[in-house]
Amino acid sequence: MFEEIGTNAEGDMMINMGPQHPATHGVLHLVITLNGETIKKVDPHLGYIHRSIEKMCESLTYRQFIYVTSRMDYLSAHINNHACAMCVEKGMQIEVPGRAQYIRVIMDELTRIASHELWWGAMSMDLGAFTPFFHSFRERETINDIMEETCGARLTMNYMVPGGVMNDIHPNFQRRVKEFIQLYKRKIHEYDELITGNVIFQNRMKGVGVLTAEQVISYGCTGPVARGSGVSCDVRKWWPYEVYDKVEFNEVIETGGDSFARYLIRMKEMDQSIRIIEQLIDNIPDGDFQAKTKAVLKLPKGEFYSKVETARGELGVYIVSEGGTTPYRIKFRSPGFSNLSILHDMAKGGKIGDLIASMGTLDLVIPDIDR
Amino acid sequence: MFITKYIKDVFGALKSLGVGMKRTLYYFTHHKEIITEQYPDNRETMHLPERFKGEVVMPHDEKNEHRCTGCTACELACPNGTIKVVTKFEITPEGKKKKAIDKLVYHLELCTMCNLCIVACPSDAIKMAQTFEHSVYDRNELTKILNNPGSKIMDGVE
Repeated sequence: MFEEIGTNAEGDMMINMGPQHPATHGVLHLVITLNGETIKKVDPHLGYIHRSIEKMCESLTYRQFIYVTSRMDYLSAHINNHACAMCVEKGMQIEVPGRAQYIRVIMDELTRIASHELWWGAMSMDLGAFTPFFHSFRERETINDIMEETCGARLTMNYMVPGGVMNDIHPNFQRRVKEFIQLYKRKIHEYDELITGNVIFQNRMKGVGVLTAEQVISYGCTGPVARGSGVSCDVRKWWPYEVYDKVEFNEVIETGGDSFARYLIRMKEMDQSIRIIEQLIDNIPDGDFQAKTKAVLKLPKGEFYSKVETARGELGVYIVSEGGTTPYRIKFRSPGFSNLSILHDMAKGGKIGDLIASMGTLDLVIPDIDR
Repeated sequence: MFITKYIKDVFGALKSLGVGMKRTLYYFTHHKEIITEQYPDNRETMHLPERFKGEVVMPHDEKNEHRCTGCTACELACPNGTIKVVTKFEITPEGKKKKAIDKLVYHLELCTMCNLCIVACPSDAIKMAQTFEHSVYDRNELTKILNNPGSKIMDGVE
């Protein structure tokens, strides 16, 4: 790997970006072939944060393996846990109580807003604007406080368990979520003032990193990356789970395909998440927060698959069970891996400065890609 | 016209920069809206929610009695071997042999605060404490024995 660095036979420069580069948000290693300032090839090297989570899960029981998945896509930890819990419930044929379904969806949407807010701050910092980072973390802090009060942790919650949620919501939960919605509506215009309308930002985003719908489909991209190119792929709309078929929201689609389209999608998705929470927060039904389950879960022999929409795209959980207390094989279909593989097609022919901007809009989380 | 579009672009660009700068200057002059917490200095006033998962502790009452029966449900529920229950047999006043804990070893350095042991415990013997400043100079100090020396099981807990 390292002998590649330097100059190749055609006289092109090859440089390393990462694995300790601030703009790759983790330990992603890109080997970039450059002709002057023009990118000829981007070669991602993975494996720096591989923890063999799939193999680890094979030795853990169906209750225990869920906490590990918080460490995959740590910014949407709730949604990862949700996918795993749903897959186990599918195998055990557990009916989740209505209260738990409502709490799960509210938590998922809060996580999505927190994730998009962190992405907004981090991407702006990649482009050289430092102030937005503090603005987005101010609102994200409120969500983290809500999570901390109900789940007991700020990032790796382990709140979803097979059959429902671990604890009932905190008595303050509904009040604080409503306060957060008010705060969000008061502050969201600052995001547009600071960044969206800014001329430097627009010139760096518009027409950069263009992806066509065919490219996006052939690489299996999902989430905001696919929807930015006009591909409708929202799991919440197409294969609704929990109470997503009861709430009204729009699947945000842009047809530009450039970095600015992907940026706008995430900004509008936050508004849609707020809309979902507003519909649910006052109507949480009474009842159990957890279904009665056996102390030891044993999935019947067979194969089970469930998928959810995380903040980055479609996360699939595939469990092969031999009938025991631990899974025989677990496979996670992570959105980040597909979104990263399109990076070469996206950056080829562009300038190296634009690579940072377009990679920022892919919203990569490296532990999700390596697992 | 090219020239009018050019002038429009230039003034539009300047305006967009001004709008952003206005927002920055607003927070420069409004100190009350800043929410930064000065962490090490605000230890006295800092409030952590009661569900915060800091570390596993075993509450004892004033007679040095705990509620742990030594059933090892927490040890089985733990995903990464954080808890080890060492049991012994005690002779009750009636002359019967009874299972009790000798010590409950807790490895804080392995714990991921997943809360599964607390949920699994049938007699509410362990709970999460709200401490979070866990750094020590020696790694061995992170291995803790949760039951107090000389402690007994509470009456009526089976």
